[in-house]
Amino acid sequence: MGGNVTQKVATRDAYGDALVNLGKKRTDVVVLDADLSGSTKTAKFAKAFPDRFFNMGIAEQDMMGTAAGFAVAGKLPFVSTFAVFATGRAWEQVRQSICYPNLNVKVVASHSGISVGEDGGSHQSVEDIAVMRVIPHMTVIVPADGPETLQAIEAVAEYDGPCYVRVGRNKVPTLFGEDYTFKIGKAHVFNEGKDAAIIATGLMVAEALKARDQLKMEGIDASVINMSTIKPLDVEAVVAASRRCGAIVTAEEHSIIGGLGGAVAEALSEAAPAPLVRVGIKDKFGTSGDFDGLMKHYELSAEFIVAAVKEAIKKKR
Amino acid sequence: MAVTQDQLKTLADKARRIRIDVLKMLNGSGSGHTGGSLSAADLATALYFYKMKYDAKKPDWKERDYFILSKGHAAPLLYTVLAHAGFIEHAELCTLRKLGSRLQGHPDSKCMPGVEISTGSLGQGLSVANGIALAHKIDKAPNRVYALLGDGELQEGQVWEAAMSAAHYKLDNLCALIDNNGLQIDGPVDRVMGVEPIAAKWRAFGWEVLEIDGHDMAKIVTALDMAETVKRKPTAIICRTVKGKGSSVFEGKVEFHGTTPSKEELEIALKELSEETVCR
Repeated sequence: MGGNVTQKVATRDAYGDALVNLGKKRTDVVVLDADLSGSTKTAKFAKAFPDRFFNMGIAEQDMMGTAAGFAVAGKLPFVSTFAVFATGRAWEQVRQSICYPNLNVKVVASHSGISVGEDGGSHQSVEDIAVMRVIPHMTVIVPADGPETLQAIEAVAEYDGPCYVRVGRNKVPTLFGEDYTFKIGKAHVFNEGKDAAIIATGLMVAEALKARDQLKMEGIDASVINMSTIKPLDVEAVVAASRRCGAIVTAEEHSIIGGLGGAVAEALSEAAPAPLVRVGIKDKFGTSGDFDGLMKHYELSAEFIVAAVKEAIKKKR
Repeated sequence: MAVTQDQLKTLADKARRIRIDVLKMLNGSGSGHTGGSLSAADLATALYFYKMKYDAKKPDWKERDYFILSKGHAAPLLYTVLAHAGFIEHAELCTLRKLGSRLQGHPDSKCMPGVEISTGSLGQGLSVANGIALAHKIDKAPNRVYALLGDGELQEGQVWEAAMSAAHYKLDNLCALIDNNGLQIDGPVDRVMGVEPIAAKWRAFGWEVLEIDGHDMAKIVTALDMAETVKRKPTAIICRTVKGKGSSVFEGKVEFHGTTPSKEELEIALKELSEETVCR
């Protein structure tokens, strides 16, 4: 794909850069943060465009409503804080003041999933994709790497309507090169395998590619699909993978309930039933620990995807 | 420019006619919020027929002032005012809460002209008003933003987050009106969850505070004019009102928070509001 996996960039850093680029191009962009601008990287925008940055203090509910007001007045607001607060603390504000009136507000939340690591379960959002996906009008995007984040931010700025973009704290390998084009609602197929398809999102895409290479050495031909838009889901890509491979594994750094695994299960069961194994956090809260340790603790790292693929293949008739 | 006695008389009569239409509408729909629509009728009348700039034929006119009904359950009042202002036909008022109507139980900005933002879940409107006010501040535009809140609504924590940020950002283009009718669904506000001292709270949050009789048209328009002259801070007008104002049938009666008048109750109310006939 022209990506350079030895190069690592946190998607939150890419977000910060993307905002600055956007701020240069469009004077209607405003950015709001709730006292976490250093962490979410909106501080880069704040430095470049101090007149268009608004720190709302530790008050996420008010921040969402204020962003809605900016959108009513014709601005393009980007709102950032940790994922657990953006989608949990302020869920009903996102629903009532942003999604119900279908306003052009972009909620970009960082420190999603277990990527907030040592802070522990209070700060690790393992439910954010699920609770955003269920709100009508909402688009949900989870970029896999830096370059995809840059493009996703450009894309949501062009798109008219509420969007949730999930970015992470940790550095992740760069998977995509300049030849890659992100499109909302379009999955990217890295390779068309025949034995099983791994549909992954966010930082789990890199793990899925590692798993694929491991499986190849064992004679198993697995497809890897980057499902960066969770809603609207690229159902066509899911159906094609099911018909081609006959077994599906989903991989996400999120609860197996309601997120990518849930969305794929819904699509599969309605359109092209096939055995499914979901790699993700199994209905548990997070816990403190270093990122690599947590990836093993919650059975997310590549070796668990390898095992899941074998299990899915076994389930084939 | 002082308001004339004739203007005040016209405004008071407008408020009376708006109350009549609100009651007819609610009697027709059989569902909706009577008490809080009547308590704020004079406030909404003063805003739409004295103070605010708008173009009913062009609801998204760039130079308009904004009105946010944070207490979204007073939708019947807002719809009636919008009809009197020319945003919609009067005939449409009879579709309130019906399937397919633009007149949703609580205001829906997606379909209803003149509604800036959907409300109904309490405590959220002031934050939205802040965002609109901030957007016009950074553009150095003169538009003003008005938000109408209930007193029971002040129990929502988000109101105070918004009160803090409006003062922090010195939103002198923002004016919040508190419909202090003293009643909420479960009973008197001071018994359910006391919010007093209301004026002292807003002052403590850094707002200019005016306290008025919310049914005295002269006081209302004077307060709205004064709010416009305040610099570097937002203004809260605490409006002492009577829930169900306009008829003895509803005044001060908590049961009319979310219920509608029967035909008989409507007849009495219309007599008291000097309207002879029920046009239905």
